[in-house]
Amino acid sequence: MTREGIVNALVLVCLVLVPGWAFYAGETFTITLATRVVILALAAVGLNIALGLGGLVSLGHAVFFGLGGYTMGILAYHVQAYEPLFEWPFLFEGTKSMPAIWLAAVVLSALTAFVIGLLCLRTSGAYFIMITLAFGQMFYFFSISWSAYGGEDGLSIYVRNGFPGLNTLDPIQFYGLCFCVLVVVLWFASRLNRSRFGLALNAARQSPERVEAVGLRPFHLRLTAFVISGAVTGLAGALFADLNRFVSPAMFSWQMSGEIMILVILGGVGRLYGPVVGAIVFVALEHVLGDLSDYWHIYLGLLLLTVVLFVRGGLIGAVTGRRAAHD
Amino acid sequence: MTEAVLETRDLCKRFGALEVSKDVSISLRPGEIHAVIGPNGAGKSTLIKQICGAEKPDDGRIYLLGEDVTHLSVDARARAGLARTFQVSALAMEDTVLENAALGVVGASGKAFRFFRPVLKDTEVLSRVEAALERVGLADAAGKQTSELSHGQRRQLEVAIALTLAPKVFVMDEPMAGLGAEGSKTMTGFLDGLRHEAPILLVEHDMDAVFALADRISVLVYGSIIASGTVEEIRADPAVREAYLGDLS
Amino acid sequence: MSLVLIAEQVLNGLQFGIMLFLMAAGLTLIFGVMGLINLAHGSLYMVGAFCAAAVAGATGSFLLGLVAALAGAALAGALVEIVVIRRLYAKDHLDQVLATFALILIFSEGTRWLFGSFPLYLNVPEYLSGPVTLPGGIEYPVYRLTLIVIGLVVALGLFLLIGKTRIGVQIRAGENDREMIAALGIDIGRLYTIVFALGAALAGLAGALVGAIQSVQVGMGEPVLILAFVVIVIGGIGSIKGTLIGALLVGLTQTLGGIFLPELMKIFMAPSAATSVGASLASMAIYVLMAAVLIVRPTGLFGARA
Repeated sequence: MTREGIVNALVLVCLVLVPGWAFYAGETFTITLATRVVILALAAVGLNIALGLGGLVSLGHAVFFGLGGYTMGILAYHVQAYEPLFEWPFLFEGTKSMPAIWLAAVVLSALTAFVIGLLCLRTSGAYFIMITLAFGQMFYFFSISWSAYGGEDGLSIYVRNGFPGLNTLDPIQFYGLCFCVLVVVLWFASRLNRSRFGLALNAARQSPERVEAVGLRPFHLRLTAFVISGAVTGLAGALFADLNRFVSPAMFSWQMSGEIMILVILGGVGRLYGPVVGAIVFVALEHVLGDLSDYWHIYLGLLLLTVVLFVRGGLIGAVTGRRAAHD
Repeated sequence: MTEAVLETRDLCKRFGALEVSKDVSISLRPGEIHAVIGPNGAGKSTLIKQICGAEKPDDGRIYLLGEDVTHLSVDARARAGLARTFQVSALAMEDTVLENAALGVVGASGKAFRFFRPVLKDTEVLSRVEAALERVGLADAAGKQTSELSHGQRRQLEVAIALTLAPKVFVMDEPMAGLGAEGSKTMTGFLDGLRHEAPILLVEHDMDAVFALADRISVLVYGSIIASGTVEEIRADPAVREAYLGDLS
Repeated sequence: MSLVLIAEQVLNGLQFGIMLFLMAAGLTLIFGVMGLINLAHGSLYMVGAFCAAAVAGATGSFLLGLVAALAGAALAGALVEIVVIRRLYAKDHLDQVLATFALILIFSEGTRWLFGSFPLYLNVPEYLSGPVTLPGGIEYPVYRLTLIVIGLVVALGLFLLIGKTRIGVQIRAGENDREMIAALGIDIGRLYTIVFALGAALAGLAGALVGAIQSVQVGMGEPVLILAFVVIVIGGIGSIKGTLIGALLVGLTQTLGGIFLPELMKIFMAPSAATSVGASLASMAIYVLMAAVLIVRPTGLFGARA
């Protein structure tokens, strides 16, 4: 087992043991924090597929996070308010079932990522960064101005949505569910990385002319990666909304996009568990520093500057001392 | 005369006032090595780029296996059977040698959109990759990270990737560069046999290799083909001696 | 809807666009010369506004406030360039994005720590308040008209600076060929600091000028920054002319879209629904414009490189 493998295993063990301890100790708040870690990690795993494998510096992933959130919010709101979402061609009252919500969130995010990707991937470099950021802002302002679903105030969903066979109102059960989703997605991401597609996408990041010369279109590879990436982040958004039982335009904000990216970088770009480590560190900092000072973002900013300027390969890189490899 | 596998007809390309290709017509027949030589700045690189699709000619046509490919993209030409090697290695430097070669197999198979099965556990892919690496003499370096390879080994990997494509035509941009005397000899011997799998359009500075390998030679000077013929004809051509070979002595 | 109202909205759009130009010009210069994508440009806008509000509040002089905005933002820009930014030129865009994102966090929280979370107010001076009657009977605030004039003067100054002066020659050389300016014996480090400080001063000026019509608060810079990005994408990176045209297009689209789209919707639906749908569409209008430009010209209207 490589050192990175050991670190990864330790991370997973932590994510089982800490909430397990919190459950027996009755520390509900710690369980909620752990749930936040797992969901943010999932969002960042999504971004890491575009950013780490594809080299696509998207500063607009809050679009998908927010879409996932609003998918949950809108579907559940209609049930809560007894107003059918639509009556034609058939009566649809919305849903409070997580699997249905997740499916809708993934499909909607993927479709949106396809359209945005189609436009943004015509460009590269700094243009790509600015355009993804701009599209994020478009969704943010749209959500503010769309008064039917709360506008600036957002939407509250009073009762958490259900999952067959589970009591999702119990924090530890909801945590377990989110953790399982993360593990499944991590497994999928590791398979993706080693698949034919992963190989080609990795190569397209490093040498697009080579990829063309073997008969593949870098554009198609990148667009596919962007769609998968957006779908995963959208799923995380639906879970995040369910954790808070609240969605608001803040999920679409550029700060959100920036935070998701920070999670990836803190842990290490292109490393399978980088986003997970990043999320643990981020939530821990938010919690610890947030208690110490109202201005904890200053310290976060200084830490981030240090990592960018001095630590190659993020925290996992600093611990394992090895560059990211995908085997 | 058998039909040409690859052919350009009256290619013209200019960058501003500079004409880099002037009515360039060359052809490549089955089983032959056709070398394009010329001094630096003669327009060899731009010619290769037009043939491979990275630059669009202003005028003229390009045929691959009798089909007009003038307006096809780089990747479409690759799928149609054209394999190129790059003058400055274009490889995925963070990946292993094996992975780089596997990319060729994945591209050639047309099945890049498979998201689940690990590509390096696919025995069919592996056997083709290993065969190609073996043929260019890189089998021992398969597990190495590409950035650790020597300049010459990168050349060999370029050729190995081209082999994995099982192409109809090879277009090779200075495959001997940086190989050293011994490596050059090995590569020359290898290309000599390769011509029977698919003909090779060879751009090369190493004159020993060119005279040893080429069935035909075209001499490109300031964007124009000033002479075209067998090795003997080119050696004897006074215009070539003046414009180009004279430089060497 | 009267012609007067339309003319007024066009002027508002111009005023908004010209302020965007001040932001975007600095960004595009910094990108063109140093190849740096700077998210912290919005922070410099905020720094300018806070300097102006603090100094104008203390001295009672709006003009001194403007001077403070220019000097404060330029100083902050130069300082940031020397301490952090110059370490980023050789790094990739991802590192630049993250480091400048970190700077936003530091600037925003630092400002909140110094000034608190409540907005400050910067008052329009007596001699610039009130309306003026323009030809055609259009009543328009003097202050907003002044903004348009100041913006146009700065734009002209910028064109002259880049077109006619020694430093302009160096900037243009830097955009085309970084090695060449080193070969010419120009001190690149100093040139970069000057360009960055110049961009910062323009952003700070915009922040102070706009701060007098809106409130001065933490986080005021980033929405403007993102609009400035839209401007650059439309105009083309590195082109001052493209930036000016892009800025005016965005300013006019944003302002006129907000007025006309709800009116337009009233043709199709009930007034209350039309207002809401129109507002939603208006919020998207500039991004649709950006998407349209991208489809036609991926490198922007006047952009050369990808």
